[in-house]
Order: sequence, then structure tokens, then C-alpha cells
Amino acid sequence: MSTAETLTSQCYIHHHLTHLALGWLPADKTELIGSHHHGLVLAANADEIANMGFWAIHLDTMFFSILLGWLAFSFFRKVAERAIVGVPSGAQNFVEWVLDFIDENVRGSFTGRNPMVAPLALTIFVWVFLMNAMDLLPVDLLPWLWGQFWSLFGANPHHVFLRVVPTADPNTTFAMALMVFFTVLYYSFKVKGVGGFLGELTLQPFGVWGLPANIILEGISLLSKPISLALRLFGNMYAGEMIFILIALMYSGSTVLSVSAGGLQLVWALFHILIITLQAFIFMVLTVVYLDMAHQTHH
Amino acid sequence: MNFNLTLIGQMISFGVFVWFTMTYVWSPIMKALQERKAKIAEGLAAAERGHQEKALGEQRALETLKDAKAQAAEILGQANKRASEIVEEAKTDARGEGQRLIVSAQAEIEHETNRAREELRQKVATLVIAAAEKILKKEIDARAHQSIIDDFARQI
Repeated sequence: MSTAETLTSQCYIHHHLTHLALGWLPADKTELIGSHHHGLVLAANADEIANMGFWAIHLDTMFFSILLGWLAFSFFRKVAERAIVGVPSGAQNFVEWVLDFIDENVRGSFTGRNPMVAPLALTIFVWVFLMNAMDLLPVDLLPWLWGQFWSLFGANPHHVFLRVVPTADPNTTFAMALMVFFTVLYYSFKVKGVGGFLGELTLQPFGVWGLPANIILEGISLLSKPISLALRLFGNMYAGEMIFILIALMYSGSTVLSVSAGGLQLVWALFHILIITLQAFIFMVLTVVYLDMAHQTHH
Repeated sequence: MNFNLTLIGQMISFGVFVWFTMTYVWSPIMKALQERKAKIAEGLAAAERGHQEKALGEQRALETLKDAKAQAAEILGQANKRASEIVEEAKTDARGEGQRLIVSAQAEIEHETNRAREELRQKVATLVIAAAEKILKKEIDARAHQSIIDDFARQI
């Protein structure tokens, strides 16, 4: 591989891994990273996003996640509004099947009584599943269309970014994990009481004399819950997307490489169907299990 | 990995979706499912009840049939008995009537016999008198010997 080719491969991967971000780029940073604009702008490269700091927003992540959620849950709502007690129609059958599946799982792992847990589980499963499923679209399809769209207005398609898998953005997975974590904390305090919950954190497993060790152990196990929840989903989706990008790179090689890329893409996509479902399911089940632990008054 | 405003945005979206699902999706559909469950249970119970009622009805019908048969047999028996009674009665009546007829016929016969005998006696007396008159035309006065003649006639 020549240097030029390596460069384009790198560019290709970078391009695919850069978000469509809107943010405030401070004027003093532009010199540093060689930008041509500042203020409230769409980032032209990954460096700009990094320099926007916290006040940048990934428009692609937000757009696709909200679009998918809105489509799915408005469909569910439409079905729910027309839900009939008699023999259900096709759409209602499907929705009832999904709800029954979630309800069964929640009943299986959640022993307390909380009307909020099952809908939470449903939201997580459906939303994460759909966001993951964006991975099955050909990696170049939407970004290419997006680039073509902007090139109509004279933009350089190489500086127009779009990432279509919201769960391959750690912001999404950490946002969900943090919401779950706050819910767990809320119910821990509510069910066990402040004393009970703090006692659980400090007096186990070594009793009152092992207090520092207890705090370290329980603290780690508490904090590891949202972090593992978020990183597991993010890691799987990011890696999956990465492999699709690498397979897509093969298409630019020889004929043999292209053909084998086709086969690989098919195989990986089929395998990925399992992963996207499994990851959505794991996120849901672990959330339910953590909430169940928060609802248990005795250890 | 850039953490930025997207994190907050996604937290809000997630929260809104959870709230939305809880309010507008989960409760109505679960309600429909529960209602259907109740309806099905009700239907099954009704079917079970119907089954039992059918069995009960069949049993009742059988009993009624048995009763009817027994009643019919009883009525038939009574009728037979009554019939034979009537025949018996008729026989008794007929026999009585016959007896009576025989008795009256005998009485009639006796009466007729007596009458004939009386008549005969009269005639014999007349004949005797006539004969005696012929024999004793001259010596015997019929009026004077009337008592003797009567005596004689009575002895016949």
C-alpha cells in the first residue's frame, strides 16, 4: 500500500467516525488547529469537535435516536389507542407480543412492585434495538447521500459528516446508563431509606471494622454498574461499526478483495443481527436486575 | 470519545421516551390484555358451566323418561286389572240374570201348570157332572149333590 492509499483509508475511517456536531468554537482555538471559522458552527473535523468542549452537540446522534424513538413509540401509542379487548389485529398482535416478552422478563427478574420498571425495560429494549439496527444499513449509504445533499449547496462532501448509529456514540450509552443509575439511586434511597442504603454501602461485607474496605468494594460495585452498562453497549456497537467500515474499505481493492468483502459483509451483518438484539436485551435485563437490587430491603 | 451536550440531550430524550411509554403505551395495552384475560377466563368458566348443565339435563331427562315408563306400566296394569274386573262383573251379572230368568220361567211354568190343572179340574168336574147327569138323570138332583161332586173334583 502506498502512502497516498494509506492516507485515503485513514481519511475514510476518520470521516466515518466523525460526528455531525454543532457547537461553539472559541476564536482563540482556531489558530491552534488551523480552522477557518469560529463561533457557533458545524465542526469541519474531529479536532474542532474536541475543541468545542462540552458545549457541542452531535446532531446526527440526536436526530437518529429521536427519530427512531419517535417512530417506534408513536407506532406503539397508535396501537395502544386502538387496542381492543377482542381478537387483536396484526399490529396489535405484534405490539402485544413485544410487551408480553418484556413483561415476562421483568416478572422473571424483578421481585418488587413498581409500575415504572416494565415500561422502562420496554423503552430500553425497543429504543436500543432500533438504534443498534442502524448498523445494518450499508455504512456508506446515508453518509454518502448526506454528502451529496450538501454538495448541492457547494459544500465539500469530505467535510460533511454523519454517523447513523446513535449507540456507537458513548454519549447515548452513558446517557441511558446514567439515567438508569439515577433511578437505581432514587429507589435505593426510597426503599431502603438513607440509613439502610448507606449501611449497605459501608457495613458490608466486612462489618463495621472493615469500613474503609467496605466503602471501596461497595463503591466500586455501585459505580461499575452504569459504567459497564454504558461501555458494553458502546464497545459492541463501535466495534461492529468499525468492522463494517473495514469491510467497506476492502471494496476499493482488487476484484477478489471486493467479492470477498461482499461475502464478509453479509456474514458480519447476519452475525450482527444477533449482537444488536443481544445487546439491547442485556441492557434491558441488567437495568431490571439493578432496579431489583435497589428494591431489596435485606441483603 | 467526546462527552458533550449530546449526553444531556440523550438523557432528556431517554427520560421523555420512558415517560411516554409508561403513560401512553404500557398501561392501555396491559389493560386490554388483562381485560382479555378476564374475558377468556369468563368464557371458559361459562363453557364449563354449560357442560355441567348439559350433563345434568341429560340425567334429568333420563330420570323423567324412567318415571314416565314406570307410570305408563302402572296405568297399563291398572287398565288390565280394571278390564278383567269388568269382564268378571259382567260374567257375574249374566249368571245372576240367567238364574233369575230360570227362576221366573220355573215360576211361570208352575203357574201355568196350576192354571192348567185348575182348568182340567173344572173340566173334569163338568165332565163328571155331565156324565153323572147322564147316568143319574133321573135320580140325582145336581143341586142336592153339589158338595159331593166338589169333593170328588178336589181329589183329582
